Amino acid sequence: MKAKITVSPKKAVLDPQGKTVQSALEHMGYTGIRAVHVGKYLEIEIEGDKEIVRQQIDEACRKLLSNPVIEDYQFTLE
Amino acid sequence: MNFAVLQFPASNCDQDAVHVLKNVLGHSARLLWHKENSLGDVDGVLIPGGFSYGDYLRTGAIARFSPIMKAVQLFAENGGMVLGICNGFQILCEAGLLPGALVRNRSLQFCCERVHLKVATTRSGFTRAIPENKLLQIPIAHGDGCYFADESTLGELQKNDQILFQYATPQGMLTDAANPNGSLLNIAGICNKNRNVAGMMPHPERASEGWLGGTDGRLIFESWLQELTGRNKPSAT
Repeated sequence: MKAKITVSPKKAVLDPQGKTVQSALEHMGYTGIRAVHVGKYLEIEIEGDKEIVRQQIDEACRKLLSNPVIEDYQFTLE
Repeated sequence: MNFAVLQFPASNCDQDAVHVLKNVLGHSARLLWHKENSLGDVDGVLIPGGFSYGDYLRTGAIARFSPIMKAVQLFAENGGMVLGICNGFQILCEAGLLPGALVRNRSLQFCCERVHLKVATTRSGFTRAIPENKLLQIPIAHGDGCYFADESTLGELQKNDQILFQYATPQGMLTDAANPNGSLLNIAGICNKNRNVAGMMPHPERASEGWLGGTDGRLIFESWLQELTGRNKPSAT
């Protein structure tokens, strides 16, 4: 199965990439953009019992794939 | 004194650190590959600058799981003194040995310049030899040096006098213009609550010889040596 993981910067953390992308989009003429946040997307192909895999991925997200000081994460298993 | 300078894939300030500890300050320093499990007989550990593991995922995120970091963790828990410079600071934050994190510079640019540092406290084994009110001039060279911590952590840092260095103007003022990377509270370096682990983004090893343009960085190594002279060796692993 495949774990699809999204890691995004916490609201309180400065996100200069997001700001820069936002101003580029606005410069291109897109209107109504309230904010842009640039994060990361990871896919992990993994075999095993779904519940155990869920626990493993959650632990991996906390320990390595995201830094809880600056980032939030979420994932789905497909 | 015996120092271990850790070496990760893509560390690039390791030789400079060894050079300063050995040839400038006259102590023993050796490189220690990150796959080692033991620090051996050491008085202090230096985690040098560079781009360990190509900064993949986040700066320091992968290096922090290298085998040698377990030994560093234990060494620090036993009171051993550890200094992380630039990427070393990032690794120590990722490892949870220092609070907070270092994120992309506010400008999104790699900052490579000489900065002025206010020494926020001389009450630490890494700053004790610095004369009161002396402003340090030390170079920085980083892309991810913006210090972030949540409000309660920042409050703790202030309350416990854990902020060591802050980016300042040549007059010593902590202004936004003097802040090269957007660090909260202009933080350039901190120590842990026990004051035996410190991290800083500026490179003192690049400011330890007159012919390189300044010797202010030496004061940090001299503080460290002074502190080590006065204490018993922690149990190394």
